[in-house]
This record gives sequence, C-alpha cells and structure tokens, in this order.
Amino acid sequence: MELSQSTGGKTMSVKSKSSRKKMGDRWFPYLLIAPTVLLIAGLLVFPIFRVFDLSVQSYDFTRLQKAGYIGLENFKNIFTQDDMFYSSLWITVKWVLIEVVLQLVFGLVVALLLNQAFKLRGLVRSLVLVPWAVSGVLTTMLWSLMFNQHIGIINDILMKLGVISEPVAWLANIHTVFGSVIVAELWRGIPFFAITLLAALQTIPHEVYESCEVDGAGSVKKLFFITLPFLKESIVFATLLRAIWEFNSIDMIFTMTNGGPMDMTTTLPIYMMKTSILEGNYGYGSAIGVVTFAFLMIFVVLYLRLNRSGGMQDE
Amino acid sequence: MNSKWQRKLGSKLLFYIPLALTLMFVLVPFLWAISTSLKREGDVLSGTVRYIPSPATFENFVHVWNDNNFSQYFMNSVFVSVLSVVAITVLSVLNGYAMSRFKFKGKGAFMLVLLATQMMPVILFVIPLFLIFKNLGMINTPYALILFYIVLQVPFNTILMRGFISSTPKEIDEAAMVDGAGRFRIIFAIIMPIVLPGIVATSAFAFIGVWNEFLVAFSFITTPDRFTIPIGLKFMVGEFSVQYASLAAGSIIGLIPPVLLFMFIQRYLVEGLGGAVKG
Repeated sequence: MELSQSTGGKTMSVKSKSSRKKMGDRWFPYLLIAPTVLLIAGLLVFPIFRVFDLSVQSYDFTRLQKAGYIGLENFKNIFTQDDMFYSSLWITVKWVLIEVVLQLVFGLVVALLLNQAFKLRGLVRSLVLVPWAVSGVLTTMLWSLMFNQHIGIINDILMKLGVISEPVAWLANIHTVFGSVIVAELWRGIPFFAITLLAALQTIPHEVYESCEVDGAGSVKKLFFITLPFLKESIVFATLLRAIWEFNSIDMIFTMTNGGPMDMTTTLPIYMMKTSILEGNYGYGSAIGVVTFAFLMIFVVLYLRLNRSGGMQDE
Repeated sequence: MNSKWQRKLGSKLLFYIPLALTLMFVLVPFLWAISTSLKREGDVLSGTVRYIPSPATFENFVHVWNDNNFSQYFMNSVFVSVLSVVAITVLSVLNGYAMSRFKFKGKGAFMLVLLATQMMPVILFVIPLFLIFKNLGMINTPYALILFYIVLQVPFNTILMRGFISSTPKEIDEAAMVDGAGRFRIIFAIIMPIVLPGIVATSAFAFIGVWNEFLVAFSFITTPDRFTIPIGLKFMVGEFSVQYASLAAGSIIGLIPPVLLFMFIQRYLVEGLGGAVKG
C-alpha cells in the first residue's frame, strides 16, 4: 500500500483524483505478487542455475581436494561410462508408461462407477478416493505391511488359495519387486485420475444423454460417443501432468525399496538423490539433474503449449 | 419377462462387482494396518497370520507416542504445517486477487512460471538448496522446511484462489472503494470472508501436501529431535528389528490428519478443484 500511495502522491498535484487511483492500480498487482516472485526467484530459479553451475564442477564431499570446474567431464561420464544411468533411465520409462496407462484405465472405470446414482454414494466416494491424500511414505508403510514375507496378508491369502506354496519376499525378490511397487503406486494414483475425471464428468450436460437415449443409443454407445469425447481434454491434461509427476516421484519407491534390490527400482530421480544427498557427490548428481531436466522439458513444453491453447481462456 | 429381469440383474452385477472390488483394493491396506496396530507385538510375529487381533490392545499407540518419540514428531509436523499453511494461504489470496482483478504486464509469464514450478522434480532444487541452506546455517531447522514448503505450495494454491476470487463479482470491490475502503481492506475484510469456503479447501489442500512431504525433510533435517512424522516412520523401518505393530500404529497416527481433511474437502475436489490441474 505504501508503494502505491507514494507513487500516486507524486502525480496527485498535477492529475485528478481518479487518475491517482489508476496510477496506484498500476503498481498494486506487482506489490501483491512481489513476495511470491521473490520466493520463487530465490528458492526455485536461482537453485536451477546453481544446478547447471554445479554440473560442470567436480564437487564431491568425499574428494573435496579435487573440487573445481571440469567442463563437460561429468556429462561425458554419464553418457559413455555410466551403466547405472542407462538402467535407471530405462526403469523410469517403464515406470512412467505402466503407471500412467494403468492409472488412466482404472481411474476412468472408477470415475464412471462413482458417477452413477446409488445409495451412500457420498460415503463410498470418500472411501474410494481417500488414497489421494495418503503420502508416499504412508503408502509404503501400509503396503509393506501387506507385502511382508512373515506378517503380510497377501502371502497368507495366496497360500490359502493355493496360488503359492511358500511365502514370497515380494520386495526383496528381483522378479517381484517392480510389480509390487507398481501396485502400491496404482493404489495412490488411480484416485488421482478418478477425481479429475469425476470432476470433468459433472460438466457433461444431462440433456445430451437424454436426447441420445431418445435415439435409442445403448450404454456402450453413450460411453464412446458422448462421455469419452467430452472427457478428451481432461484426459490429455491429467495424463501429461501425471506422467510428469510419476517421472519425478521419489518418496514411495525410495522408502519402500531404497531403489533396490540390485537397483531394480532405481529411477533417474532416485539415482540423482542417492548420488548427491546420500553419497555427497553434488557435481555428478547435478549433471544427472541437468540431463533429467532436459528430458522433462519435452513433457513440460507439451503441457504448457496445450494449456495455452485450451485451458487459459480467461486470461 | 425373464430375459428383461436377467438383463437388469446383469447390469446391476456389472456395477456392484467392480465397485466392491475397488473398495476392497482401497480399504484392505487401511484395515490391515489397523488390525496390525491393535495386535500385541509378539502376536504379530507368532507365525500364524491373524486377521482379527485377539486380544486387541492400544499399547502400540502408547508405545510409539512415548518411547518412539512420535509425540515430538507430531508436534514438529504440526509446527511446520501450521506456519507453512498460514503463509501459503495469505500469499495465495494476494496472488489470486492480483490475477483475477488486474490486467498487468507479465501476468501471463507469472502464470507460466507458476505452472512450470509444479513440473520440476523437487530433488533438482534440493541438491543446490542443501548447499545454500548449509552456508546460511539453516540446515536442520524447521525454517528451511517452512520456507521451501511455502514456495512449493503457493503456485498451485494461487491458481485455485484465482478461480475462487474470479467467481466473486467485481462490483463488490467498486462499491467498497466508493465507501473509501483501501485495497488491502477490500482483500482481507471483504473478499476473504466471501471466499472463505474456498480458502478452507485450499488450506486443507496445502496442509495435506506439507504434512505428507518427505524428500525435503529427509534431506534438510539431520537430528531426530527435529524429525517430522514421515521421517520418523522412515527411520523406524531402518532400525534393526522392525516393530511391525508399532510401525502400524505410527502410520495410523500419521494418517489421521490428512484422511480427516480429505473427507472434509472431497466434495470440493470432485466438484471443481480436480479440474484445476488444467490451470
């Protein structure tokens, strides 16, 4: 307020009262967003530059005597000598693809189910969607208790059904660990899609269905000719955003498996985190970060372009 | 007649069977954690898996709360979450007001930056910020967490607040201005009460996000007396022999605030916030 008044004050003597207000209004929005702009500049933008700066340095807490600028050495190592980089990149791609496709399919089914009219719908919706609010760490805790070799309910049920003859260590076995974390993340991700699509379903006018019923269309036809076309935009946005978030996700996988066993669940962000925060090699970790950033930019630019053309009409 | 009845039954089954399976998939992990948390630690590892705890006991909750320091983790989480959420809410209202009431140069760019921040991997910021906060002597303080949580949550909450404030008529502001009210008075004394339901919903959203956060706290907090709940849980697993019943009880304690808040904001989410991912 001080700013807007003092700016206005200078012009008051020469201009009318209404133009004083105009001058104040010109600066006022900047005053409102200033704290946020400063925070973003200091805590998000500046650090990104710092990551780029660190990526061309040798900066390893265990070998600080060798610290200094080394050009593109880190990047050369990443692309030519680092098998871990390629394996974590491949695991990330698998992770994102499988998660997003399954979450979308099941999320759509759940949204359609929850959009029907039935008794206790409010309560059932709350119950089905609640994993949305559960953190990665708590998802890990709940599912670790499920998967556990000795005390878990999954082994117990499968053994009673005769599917397996002895308990499986789901999270310690290299053949089952990836599928296990996939299931746990689905538990959390399906509600995300269901909420987004359910919100979009509310916007489809009833009349469209009614006129279609008059024409004698069955439920399958209605799904493919009305519901899905209406949802298209929401599906595209939710899928892209989710792909980005799944690409970035660390909490659940890291707390459940530490990236193991045998690095079977080490994704790119987890590799980045282990290299920097856990092992103290900030230079190399930052270089992995820059490469990751480049990959991610493809998705981000795609998302922002679509958002520009579709979702920001009220700008 | 018979075939009509069969078709009706068929469509009922096609609805209720998937719904029941979904409910089971979602609820079993919760129920299993609750069941485990009520068993005696010795019974959990007895070799036979029991679904219903007998005898049921609350001793695990008492144990994690007192002996595993969950009372302290809980208070740390509350402190960090409450301070962050207050700041996030105030800043989001200011930004939301600016974006819904004014046309200004750089508005589009500001929006773009807000959206872009939501898509960066947090670990990318954590690497340099760890070094920066270390130099500032802020590592292992709750303030490093709070500052960073604010900047992580404000963008999305701003986008939500912009939507809520845009839905209030501009004439309210104009009428108040004629009465001589200043802009800040209009924001805090007139607009805020009108969009209160929206503020409650976005604050709940921010609270869930901050309460649940793991990676930043795990990286910035180094001593157990400063742990938040997610970090406390992570280190309970790291110990040599895991006390499963206590771990389950600790998880339930951590789950209660976000789950209760979710029940409260579910309606808002489904009716519109969900669509906010489009910006």
